[in-house]
Amino acid sequence: MTKFLRHSISRRAVLGGTAAAIGALSMPSILRAQDRSLKVGVYGGYFKDSFDANIFPDFTAATGIAVESVAEPTGEAWLVQLEQAAKAGVAPADVSMMSQVAMLKGQSTELWAPIDTSKIKNYDDLLGQFVNKYPDGRVAGIGAVAWYITLVTNTDVYPQAPDSWAALWDPANADKLGLLALVSNSFLLEVTAKTYLGGTGALDTEEGLNKAFEKLAEVKPNVRLWYRDEAQFEQALKSGEIPMGQYYHDVTGLAAADGHPVRSTFPKEGGIQDSGCWALSRASDKVEEAHVFIDYMSQPAIQATLSRKVGTAPTLKRDLLDLTAEEFASVSSDIDPIIPRYDLYQTKSDWLNQKWTEMIVG
Amino acid sequence: MRREAPQKLTDYAPLAFPAIMLTVFFVIPFGTMIAVSFFQRQQGGFYTPAFVFSNYERFASLFFANVLGFSLMLAILVAICCVAIGVPFTYLLTRMSRRAQIVWMVALLSVLSLSEVIIGFAWSTLFSRTAGITNLLVALGLMQKAVALSPGFPAVLTAMVYQALPYTILVLYPALVRLDPTLTEAARTLGASPLRAFFTVVVPALRTTILATLIMVFIFALGSYLLPQILGRPQHWTLSVLITDQAIYQSNMPFAAAMAVFLVLVTLAMVALTLFVGRKREAAA
Repeated sequence: MTKFLRHSISRRAVLGGTAAAIGALSMPSILRAQDRSLKVGVYGGYFKDSFDANIFPDFTAATGIAVESVAEPTGEAWLVQLEQAAKAGVAPADVSMMSQVAMLKGQSTELWAPIDTSKIKNYDDLLGQFVNKYPDGRVAGIGAVAWYITLVTNTDVYPQAPDSWAALWDPANADKLGLLALVSNSFLLEVTAKTYLGGTGALDTEEGLNKAFEKLAEVKPNVRLWYRDEAQFEQALKSGEIPMGQYYHDVTGLAAADGHPVRSTFPKEGGIQDSGCWALSRASDKVEEAHVFIDYMSQPAIQATLSRKVGTAPTLKRDLLDLTAEEFASVSSDIDPIIPRYDLYQTKSDWLNQKWTEMIVG
Repeated sequence: MRREAPQKLTDYAPLAFPAIMLTVFFVIPFGTMIAVSFFQRQQGGFYTPAFVFSNYERFASLFFANVLGFSLMLAILVAICCVAIGVPFTYLLTRMSRRAQIVWMVALLSVLSLSEVIIGFAWSTLFSRTAGITNLLVALGLMQKAVALSPGFPAVLTAMVYQALPYTILVLYPALVRLDPTLTEAARTLGASPLRAFFTVVVPALRTTILATLIMVFIFALGSYLLPQILGRPQHWTLSVLITDQAIYQSNMPFAAAMAVFLVLVTLAMVALTLFVGRKREAAA
């Protein structure tokens, strides 16, 4: 049922998702049977299809390591499976694409085998946010894919693009916004903190969080739709029914390219950058191959291919990439991004969720 | 043919299949849910088997009481609307020719083939400012300019009644078809208007059926979680929406299970109360 709602292009189809990949779980597709192989968990659906078509065959050709890609469900179902399998000493996938919150949860049980950074040639060129570290400094994961949530508008209704997230608070936009419905996927607390409280560091204390909630509550009269389903908002944005909101940068770009009157703007405070990591299960005995894989994926040429073919933002510094300005702009921006406070969604998730629900429902 | 009471163990064999199905698909999952509702939630993790009441304690707040109250109110309202529309409609339907009845029935059954998602999206388009029915009213000169009718409570209610109405009619139909037409004829002969005959003869004769239909639609509507999300504002979200949030997005299974168990208990209590009141009135009558 939920699957029906999702946009066929959107890879968040899978990210927000529940059931999409569960059926595919038990059917790993084997690209080529060879002596050296690696099982790679990738979000089922759009991501897996794109990686199978554009990335894995070249990897096998370049390294001689066969990739068996496993469609993994998003959310925490995959983490649970990895965790329980690791206890029994098996790994359903050697390397998996994991969300940032799942990375933190896995860290708490030492699920991720530390990565030897000396084997990753471009390690020093990675942007800081794409290195996931244990508290003691060991590297738990390396950035796999990244994407942006930005301020989107209908160009018919707003001939002038807004330049700041503050537009969400503008009384002129009463009943015109579509925002994501959950605290842990809208990242609006971070947006509030960056826009009004001097940065996401303000969310360190409960006092700061309360302040952010208070400020964010002022947005409520402007919100027409708190959406869980992308398709619902995307359709309303295209028609102008709900002319402003937060949405995915790349999907909005695709819609604009199709001729719909929509645009995605990186506000001056930055777009929200969410991402997934490559992480190695401690139960895997393919440590060597996993490092070769992560090293391969972190090369500038491969990152550029990912941006062009899959639509993800590069994990490396921009000057190393051969992306044209236009190609770069379609997936990313030079403006410093707002990086979600994933730690909060691990340590304070219930409190945040309760407070958030009471705020928007009340 | 006289029915004999079962004598041997094998006489109970035909019961085995339904009993197994009921156990596998209802008793076990429901039992698991009750068990999980007492488990300990691990924030930032999953849950561990335990016997704690913290999930129920969290639920016992004014906030959730309000959400529960709204969900019940919405379900009751949907049930009343469905019956209020369904009874006269079905009554008139049974008075039609066989052919007309078949056409109506096929149309109603085809509504059942629509998923909740399609119903939700269709109504959200119908209620929209850019493409909705108000544009039609503007074209007819009845309105100044098109407005958005969703999100809002009337939008949620309309779509939910639309979704539940075919079930209502299907449940009412057999009882109304079997209703003896001589009853109303007698009433008419004695001088009652058609309307009066309907309310003083048809409706009382159908009291049990109407009560059963109310309960069925109420329970059906209580589980709705997609339509309030698509067509309502956050204050119109039902408890089912919050249960889904907890189960799927927060992976807080124990809390989701506790809410679900509580919802089931409240539902059963409401049904029992309705039956009790209905029986009492019947005894009094």
